[in-house]
Amino acid sequence: MTDEPFPAGPPPQPLGTPLVRREGRAKVTGTARYANDRTPPGCAYAWPVPATIVRGRITCVDTRDALALPGVLAVLSHENAPRLAPTDDPTLAVLQEDRVPHRGWYVALAVADTLEAARDAAEAVHIGYATDGHDVLLTPDHPGCYVPEKVYGGPGARERGDFDTAFAAAATTVDATYTMPSLHNHPMEPHAATARWDDGHLTVHDSSQGATKVCEELAALFKLGTDQVTVVSEHVGGGFGSKGTPRPHVVLAALAARYTGRPVKLAVPRRHMPAVVGHRTPTVQRVRLGAGPDGTITALAHETLSHTSTVTEFVEQAAIPARMMYTSPHSRTVHRVTALDVPTPSWMRAPGMCPGMYALESAVDELAVALGADPVELRVRNDPATEPDSGRPFSSRHLAECLRRGADRFGWLPRDPRPAVRRRGDLLLGTGVAAATYPFSVDASEAEAHAAPDGGYRVRINATDIGTGARTVLGQIAAAALGVPGDRIALEIGSSDLPPAVLAGGSIGTASWGWAVHKACTALRDRLRDHRGPLPADGLTVTADTHRETAESSGYSRHAFGAVFAEVQADTRTGEVRVRRLLGQYAAGRILNPLTARSQFTGGLIMGLGMALTEGSSLDPAFGDFTARDLASYHVPVNADAPVVEAYWLDEEDPHLNPMGSKGIGEIGIVGTAAAIANALWHATGHRFRDLPLTPDKVLTALTAATAPAAPGA
Amino acid sequence: MRPFGYLRAGSVDEAVRAAAGQPGALFLAGGTNLVDLMKLGVETPRTLIDIGRLPLDRIEELPGGGLRVGALVRNADLAAAPAVRDRYPVLSQALLAGASGQLRNAATTGGNLLQRTRCTYFQDTSKPCNKREPGTGCPAVEGHHRELAVLGHSAHCVATQPSDFAVALAALDATVHLHGPEGERTVPAADFHRLPGDTPERDTEIRLGELLTAVDLPPPAPGARSRYRKARDRASYAFALASVAAVLAVRDGTVAHAALAFGGLAHRPWRARAAEDVLRGAPATEDTFARAADAELAAARPLRDNGFKVPLARALAVGVLTDLAAPG
Repeated sequence: MTDEPFPAGPPPQPLGTPLVRREGRAKVTGTARYANDRTPPGCAYAWPVPATIVRGRITCVDTRDALALPGVLAVLSHENAPRLAPTDDPTLAVLQEDRVPHRGWYVALAVADTLEAARDAAEAVHIGYATDGHDVLLTPDHPGCYVPEKVYGGPGARERGDFDTAFAAAATTVDATYTMPSLHNHPMEPHAATARWDDGHLTVHDSSQGATKVCEELAALFKLGTDQVTVVSEHVGGGFGSKGTPRPHVVLAALAARYTGRPVKLAVPRRHMPAVVGHRTPTVQRVRLGAGPDGTITALAHETLSHTSTVTEFVEQAAIPARMMYTSPHSRTVHRVTALDVPTPSWMRAPGMCPGMYALESAVDELAVALGADPVELRVRNDPATEPDSGRPFSSRHLAECLRRGADRFGWLPRDPRPAVRRRGDLLLGTGVAAATYPFSVDASEAEAHAAPDGGYRVRINATDIGTGARTVLGQIAAAALGVPGDRIALEIGSSDLPPAVLAGGSIGTASWGWAVHKACTALRDRLRDHRGPLPADGLTVTADTHRETAESSGYSRHAFGAVFAEVQADTRTGEVRVRRLLGQYAAGRILNPLTARSQFTGGLIMGLGMALTEGSSLDPAFGDFTARDLASYHVPVNADAPVVEAYWLDEEDPHLNPMGSKGIGEIGIVGTAAAIANALWHATGHRFRDLPLTPDKVLTALTAATAPAAPGA
Repeated sequence: MRPFGYLRAGSVDEAVRAAAGQPGALFLAGGTNLVDLMKLGVETPRTLIDIGRLPLDRIEELPGGGLRVGALVRNADLAAAPAVRDRYPVLSQALLAGASGQLRNAATTGGNLLQRTRCTYFQDTSKPCNKREPGTGCPAVEGHHRELAVLGHSAHCVATQPSDFAVALAALDATVHLHGPEGERTVPAADFHRLPGDTPERDTEIRLGELLTAVDLPPPAPGARSRYRKARDRASYAFALASVAAVLAVRDGTVAHAALAFGGLAHRPWRARAAEDVLRGAPATEDTFARAADAELAAARPLRDNGFKVPLARALAVGVLTDLAAPG
């Protein structure tokens, strides 16, 4: 990497400019086409049939009534669906066998001339089952618990030093268990795909966070070359991780199109989504902290429990952040998981980090209270110079600055640390803080940059814009690298026919795509500089990939950091908790577009607010499905829940990342937010609520138990 | 989509006649609940009789200071009507506490009263439900019931009536007008919704083929103030965990008039007659209000996971009555 990755040019510099989204007008005027907005000639419609048992086998599939309905083309099931090749992701092995691993698992698919006929047919399919007993409840002492060898971010269990001895010797200790229910991603646009086969070539418009991966998976499942599959994800209405890998709907659409010989459109009904697109697993997390009299943490244990399905193992890596957040010579971090007869959990915004930091940052707050220390100062005191678990230096770590600057902006001080003393009528007010972090990562991508004789440019890369502004930011990077105005650069993204790139997930998109775009554009600029005379009629084209750069080990521990401050009110009459103010202060490298970045940060903060106060889904022990399956019963926050949400960032320079100097910002906003709110609720009420979400039933019950005689009938 | 017949009624009589001649017919107005339920397969009408263009969209003054609200007056319009805001604040507040702006623009007075429970088992045709399919059982008794009833429920059904508006109407002694094949009749709003008993499939006293045409609001009680307060899981766009509608007049420190109704606790708006008996003629103090709430809620029989509703309803009632009794 050169010292000056971008050429100096006249202001304004494209990087750091608050440009509006390139596709903004198309989206607000309704001309942007999403996966289900295309209807190829002869298009048919598919409607899936979910299992109505929890565990067992299909004994018969009676399709006579369904096929007798007008307009019905086919009913696919394991009895007649085309065979798929084996896959590493068994959630994609749809309609291949008679086993039912959880309620809501798709057991058949109706295909018809119209959506209505497909739906009617799906309801007319009669499935016979042989049922086995089932178990869908995660309990702390579940007999099926085991420690996985690996989780996504490292080993399943890790010991450093001698935790037990250090914890026993600590002057001040905290030992607390935090629980949270399942959460659903629920992007605005449901999972949807339109598939068609033309002379052996499969084309799919899919709502996905990464068309490259979908293309590769479909090619493998249908035993095709990747050049025989085109996957387009031009516009995507959110994913939050649930579209990070291919989902069953896209396989079903391709199967149905192959079986019927017609293009087929399929959208997952909202009420099916919790069972088939992944969810954030419920967690039980025990955190133990031991500290010396000066507040230095000497012992830290974070032990987490989550569920997975019997289909495949997915472990929420919630103990990972405890390996790098705070100084502690003695540390134990353990994941445990148990396989239940539940839908398969999967990625949801800041997997691991989000639930893990809820528990860890709640425990740190409890430690501050036990020590009589200010929660900001306690965190600063335990801010490590090098990554505790690895000893590696941080490429940049400005957590302390985030805490201090955020505290100033929020008006943290002066703060009376006593709980339950700020009363305004029926309301109790309080403030809380928590740290946030998210790992920096980057993955190989390819990009193509083209200069046309007319002075226009074109950049092509299979990046995905899931609503974040990826097109716009990549245009800024290209403009900065080429040294030309952004409006002369056309961006082509969102298709597997473009140079392959990593998915929009894990907060790695902009860093990974941007690096490839930078490299291609820089090379094109060099070519143009050396070129004499007019450009050839077909212009100049340069391709670049970052396999070599991204494979290099950096030697640094690389993470974004932040601090979240919350002011809450608790209504002592009703137990209703509302956030009055929420402020996030971040250090995430160079911010490339303040407009779209702020939207990412505040969106994460609001999603964290939902996790803290309103969101949660439980499994019905008798029926085995999630109880909240629509947006009326699964409460995402509304505007009235989020009156004042602010996001700020430091001008952080980190030369150890990528040419832009940027870290990912898509997920850190949700990290720590629930802890800040729960900590503020302790400060408001004096009650430590350790079970999310903080709904009126729990809060009122605790407040009434403390302040009033039991009500009659209760 | 299940095929269904559709016809648009030109008059109330025509609508009622059409309904009488068509078994399995339902009236369609704003459609904000009915269409959802049809999509879910919960409602399967053979015919929809669209009453959306009937001349039932007016708010009229009644002799003596009351109001007649046509069944097709939109929730948003009713909440904003100056006469309603001035004379029946509790009604305006209850309407605005419900649903979202978009839904209130479409939802009608009659439809709001006739909306159906949001019990998750009722909405899921793959599960038993006595309200949807009599005799199949009630999984909510042992299952997910945090949002469900603590008063007046039966072994057959523990659903709650979801309307905020209906709770205010019950407290206001409103009257519901019904127009059926055998003519017109009226039912007090507080008695319009039923308790489930062993026939939970019937939400209200409405008879087969009857059309709800209007709601009458009596003149406001002299010197009374009114208020609606609702507790919920998020700040807006959520059904009541518990709510209270209260009308209170205090003269010389004594309760001269009191009407109280709870929402979110039962299969119908829960008019709190026992509480009112305690309130009437008693000193307007927080102690009285607490005794009144306790008198009413003594009948509560919470389920495993919804016991919080009892102290919640008590606190809401005491809080609202205290606010209403405060000078100013």
